[in-house]
Amino acid sequence: MAAAATCGAGVLSSGCVASTAGRSSTTSFQRRSKASGADGGGPRLLSIAGTRPSVRNGQLLVSTGLPALDQLLGGGLAVGTVLLIEEDKYSIYSPLLFKYFLAEGIVNGHTLLVASAKEKPADILQELPAPLLDDNGKKELEDVHNSKTPESDVNMKIAWRYQLQPKMQVGPVSSSRFGHYYDVSKRIPQELLGSSKWHGFFLPEHITSDLKGEPCSLSGDYMKLLQFIQNIIYTEGFDGSNPQKKQKNILRIGIQNFGSPFWGDDICCTENSDNSHRLTKFFYVLRGLLRTSLSACIITMPTHLIQNKAITARVRNLSDTVVGLESFIGSEKETNSLYKDYHGLIHIRKIPRLNNLTCDESDVKDLAFKLKRKLFTIEFLTEAAAH
Amino acid sequence: MFPELNNLLGTTPDGTEQGKLTLLCDAKTDGSFLVHHFLSFYLKANCKVCFVALVQSFSHYNIVAQKLGVSLTAAREQGQLVFLEGLKSSVDIFFHAQEEPHPLQFLREASAGNLQSLYQFVRDSLKPVDSGETPWKFPVLLVDNLSVLLSLGLEAVAVLDFMQYCRATVCCELKGNVVALVHDNRDAEDKENGILLNGLSHQSHLVLRAEGLATGFCKDVHGQLRILWRRLQPTARRDQSLTYQYKIQDKNVSFFAKGMSPAIL
Repeated sequence: MAAAATCGAGVLSSGCVASTAGRSSTTSFQRRSKASGADGGGPRLLSIAGTRPSVRNGQLLVSTGLPALDQLLGGGLAVGTVLLIEEDKYSIYSPLLFKYFLAEGIVNGHTLLVASAKEKPADILQELPAPLLDDNGKKELEDVHNSKTPESDVNMKIAWRYQLQPKMQVGPVSSSRFGHYYDVSKRIPQELLGSSKWHGFFLPEHITSDLKGEPCSLSGDYMKLLQFIQNIIYTEGFDGSNPQKKQKNILRIGIQNFGSPFWGDDICCTENSDNSHRLTKFFYVLRGLLRTSLSACIITMPTHLIQNKAITARVRNLSDTVVGLESFIGSEKETNSLYKDYHGLIHIRKIPRLNNLTCDESDVKDLAFKLKRKLFTIEFLTEAAAH
Repeated sequence: MFPELNNLLGTTPDGTEQGKLTLLCDAKTDGSFLVHHFLSFYLKANCKVCFVALVQSFSHYNIVAQKLGVSLTAAREQGQLVFLEGLKSSVDIFFHAQEEPHPLQFLREASAGNLQSLYQFVRDSLKPVDSGETPWKFPVLLVDNLSVLLSLGLEAVAVLDFMQYCRATVCCELKGNVVALVHDNRDAEDKENGILLNGLSHQSHLVLRAEGLATGFCKDVHGQLRILWRRLQPTARRDQSLTYQYKIQDKNVSFFAKGMSPAIL
């Protein structure tokens, strides 16, 4: 799937752009034709960096950081939806997908919100993989992060008349590529991290503060995280509540190891948890928050630890996209000759049908992944691979 | 609405039975196409529809309905459609103080609540105004979906009570129809969901069950639809059941007999 969106003026070929979502009934799914919605006949709506419309229904998509996974999900992750990653058994490969998602956000200049109960968000960000960029990509990346600094005046010798013209408004320089490749063996450069905007939610830091207002039915920890997310969305205008903001951006939310005992939940410990609905309620309200804002969320969950399968089923129903990782470590598949070149299987359990009756399901369901020294690849599992 | 499904069910927008409860369920597949069918069907049939949409946003249903020939915004403006958007309301309830009781009031309660306020909302939307004159044929309640209510902390009994009240008001008193979607998580041992599903199956007149194929994923056949007509009166006639396979396309769903997919003929 070619990812060549035109850069610069950001004119979308399908004529569909994301509209702002405000307190009115519009959500980020609404199409808006190019003809309408101009602000007093001013500049057309510029595209947001790192997004592209879906071929099928114009739905705005962001990359997950793995172009192979984007293709399997029908082009990318839809803005306003939740991607649930069911962790592999020892949680070795799922943090990689988590970091790819965040790294893609940094490369595109999106705002990040990282929530974890185990690791400090700053430490997670330090371990992001470095993007693999060719020369064009490097220049664009500098532009994305240095877009505030004006270019130095270059004295024009021949076309000096043009120097007197006002500088052309080069729109938001978006990285023209949708989806980048990363080198897992290297760390993301510090300058990239430093110029990126992110918010961290580390559960132990929030554990002592009191809840404002009446006690709500969610567990304190989940409620605090929801309030943190809602606060960021509201204050930074991702839900369209601040129309004066010059440039729309995407908020990428990443929540790691959700539902594990680190989050104070006991669904991984007992079968008859009294508070199982806290988790599912969180998913529901989160979905409501995402649908009314320009954000996308990745959640990794150790579903293999959840004792009550009904909770897993409900969580899957409440998530839009569900991807399961199954690693071969410690299982009998490790010695199976069919799987000897791979590290595990990847199951695309669910893809959302948004604004549509159908969805772009991949025809092939046997997918395996392999972590090479620098790259995480996903391949179709075929008989030929076994020989 | 899907014309082929109308043929299978033996209904048309002009002539359809009243006072019936239709249960939609899906197992290992997505049954939301049935919800879109009934929504556009009843709007075309000139009925007053109260749609409790708990899982997707208004614009999602609107865009699909436009492909099926119905405009939800127009219907809402004319008063034909009352739309409760669960996702947006839940955000409002959680983060902004609400003065008057809200249909989804149970979200604020710590312990298992009940759906009384939601029932009041349904009753107030569908009961005819005092003059008794209404341009719409009969009221219809559509719920997408009931399994989400279980995830939000309610017990199956509370949801069954809600459906009982709705059936009494909408089906018996107002001679309207009720359509509800329930997921089938049977292999996940979801007991509460099982109670809800079994309870509603016994009360419904028509059960439409969308299942994934037993043999796995297929590009040309997306699933199997089982239609079960239930005779709730103790007559001699037995329940009638039919099974079809279907393929979902961009604006339509085509149905065919088992094994007769156009792709293999």
